[in-house]
Amino acid sequence: MSILDPVWTSLLYLAAAVCFILALRGLSSPRTARRGNLVGALGALIAVVTVFLSARLENVPWILAAIAVGSAVAAPVARRVKMTQMPQLVALFNGVGGGAAALVALLELGHAGEPWVRVAIVFTLLVGAVSFAGSGITFAKLQELMTTRPVVFPGLPVVMSVVLLAAVASGVAVVVSGSLPLAVLLLVLGLAAGVLLVLPVGGADVPIVISLLNAFTGLAVAASGVVLGNVLLVVAGTLVGASGTILTRAMAAAMGRSVAGILFGAFRGGSTAGSTAVSERPVRSSSAEDVAVLLGYAQRVIIVPGYGLAVAQGQHTAAELALALEARGIEVDFAIHPVAGRMPGHMNVLLAEANVPYESLKEMGEINPQFKTTDVALVVGANDVVNPAAKTSSGSPIYGMPILEVADARQVVFLKRSMRPGFAGIENDLLYEPQTSLLFGDAKDSLAQVLGAVKAL
Amino acid sequence: MDGIALLTITVLAVFVGFEVVSKVSSTLHTPLMSGANAIHGIILVGAIIVAGQAADPWVLAVALLAVVLATANLVGGFVVTDRMLHMFHAKKDPVKAGAQPEAGSK
Repeated sequence: MSILDPVWTSLLYLAAAVCFILALRGLSSPRTARRGNLVGALGALIAVVTVFLSARLENVPWILAAIAVGSAVAAPVARRVKMTQMPQLVALFNGVGGGAAALVALLELGHAGEPWVRVAIVFTLLVGAVSFAGSGITFAKLQELMTTRPVVFPGLPVVMSVVLLAAVASGVAVVVSGSLPLAVLLLVLGLAAGVLLVLPVGGADVPIVISLLNAFTGLAVAASGVVLGNVLLVVAGTLVGASGTILTRAMAAAMGRSVAGILFGAFRGGSTAGSTAVSERPVRSSSAEDVAVLLGYAQRVIIVPGYGLAVAQGQHTAAELALALEARGIEVDFAIHPVAGRMPGHMNVLLAEANVPYESLKEMGEINPQFKTTDVALVVGANDVVNPAAKTSSGSPIYGMPILEVADARQVVFLKRSMRPGFAGIENDLLYEPQTSLLFGDAKDSLAQVLGAVKAL
Repeated sequence: MDGIALLTITVLAVFVGFEVVSKVSSTLHTPLMSGANAIHGIILVGAIIVAGQAADPWVLAVALLAVVLATANLVGGFVVTDRMLHMFHAKKDPVKAGAQPEAGSK
C-alpha cells in the first residue's frame, strides 16, 4: 500500500522534523510552551501517518493493534498520574522509548550490509539498553520501590569496568561478525551497565539522571535512524540528544553539581552519599502554636518550599496556609529555588496545581533582595538551597551554588523531619542561629498543625 | 541515503538542538525534558517499519513489542507534558485559574 512516492515521503518527514524543532523552541518559553507541545504531537502524527502511506508494510492490522495497546496503556496513566509522581512517569516513558530503539536495532541486524550500519546498530543496542535499565532503576527509586539512598557495594567500580569492557568487546565482535547471539549478549550487558550506572546515584540527584538518560534515548533513536536510513529519526533523535545534554548540564549547574560528580561521586565515596551525622549543638525547637503566632502577627512572610514538601505532598496545605495568612492581611510569597522539588521546575508545577496564583511564585533573583524586609521566612522541607555555606565556606561541596538568602529575614522557621543534613551531606549553620526556630515532623502534618493554629488565633 | 548526507544532517541537528534550548528558564526545565522525552517516542516510526517487514513470527512479536513501547513513549509523553503545561497556563491567567479548580485533578 505505497500511496506516497519518495519525494512526498521526504517532504512530510521534513515537515514533521520542523514541527519537532518548533516544539522544542516553543517549550522554552512559558507563553508558547503548551502550543509547542501540541505542535510536537502534530509532527508525530504526520510522521506516523506518513510511514503507513509510504512504506510497503505487511502485518498492518497487527501494528495498528499494537499502537492501540500502547496508547490504551499510556494515555490514561499519563492523564491520571499525580503531579508529584510525574518525574517517575517521565522516567518510565523514557525507558520504554530506549527499549524500543534497542529492539528495532536488534531486528535490523540481519539486514545490515555495510559495517558502519552495524556500528550504528551496536550503538543503538547498547545506549538503548542502558537507557531502558537505567530508567527502570530511576523509576524504582522515585516510586520508592527501592531505597532512594545511593546503593554502593565494594568492587562496584571493578564490576562496572568489567561490564563496560565486555560490552565494547562484544560490540566490536557484532560489527565484525553480525552475530545475533552476540548482539543479544550486548543487549544484556547494556542492561547491566544501566543498572550499575544509576544504583549509586542518590535520590535527590535522580532527576538529573532522568534528563541524562533522556538524552541517551535521543542518541539511540538517532542511531536507529542511521540503521533504517530514516532522516526523521536521525533529526528527531539528535535534537533530543543535543537539547537533553544542554538541559542536563543546566540542571546540574542549578544544583551546583557536575554531571560527572553526580554519576561517579558515590564511586569515590563523595558527597552524594550524604551524611547521617547529627551535631550536638543546641537548636531552638518550637511548637506549631509558636510558629502560628510568629506567622500570624508578621507583616510579610516568605514561604520557601523544597524537596521535603514535594515528598510529603504538602503543597495544597502550604497553599491553604498562604491563603489563611493573606486573610489576616499578611503579604505572603513563595520563593522558588530553581531546583526545588523533585526535579528542576517541579515546584512551580506542584504549586500551580495547588492553585497558588502565578504572581505569588517568585524566582530566586527576584525574591532574594526582599528577605531583608521580611518578618518570617518559613522553610518547608528545604535545606541545602538555603544553606549559607554555599556563599561563605569555600570548602563546602555546595560552595558556589546560588541559594535563597533566608538568613536575611528577621525570623527563620524550618519545618524539618529531623536534624539530618540534606543530600549534600553538610550541616546548615543557619539552623543554630538565634533567629532560627525549628518545628520537627512531616512537612504536610506540620503545615496542617500550623494552619489549624493560625486559624485559631 | 548515503552516509555523508546523514552525517551532515546529524551535525546540523546537533547545533539546532543546542540552540533551541540554550536560553530556557529553570521554571520550564521539567516540561521541556518531558516534551523532549515525548519527541524521541518517534522511534515508533522505526518500529512500524521493522514490524511491517517482519516475515518470521518471532521477529514480528519482538517488533510489535517495540511498537507498543514506542507508542507508550510517544502518546504518554505528549499527554503528560500537556497536563503539566495546562497548569502553567492556568496560573498565567489568575482569573481563569479560579474558574478551573478541577484542572489538576482530572
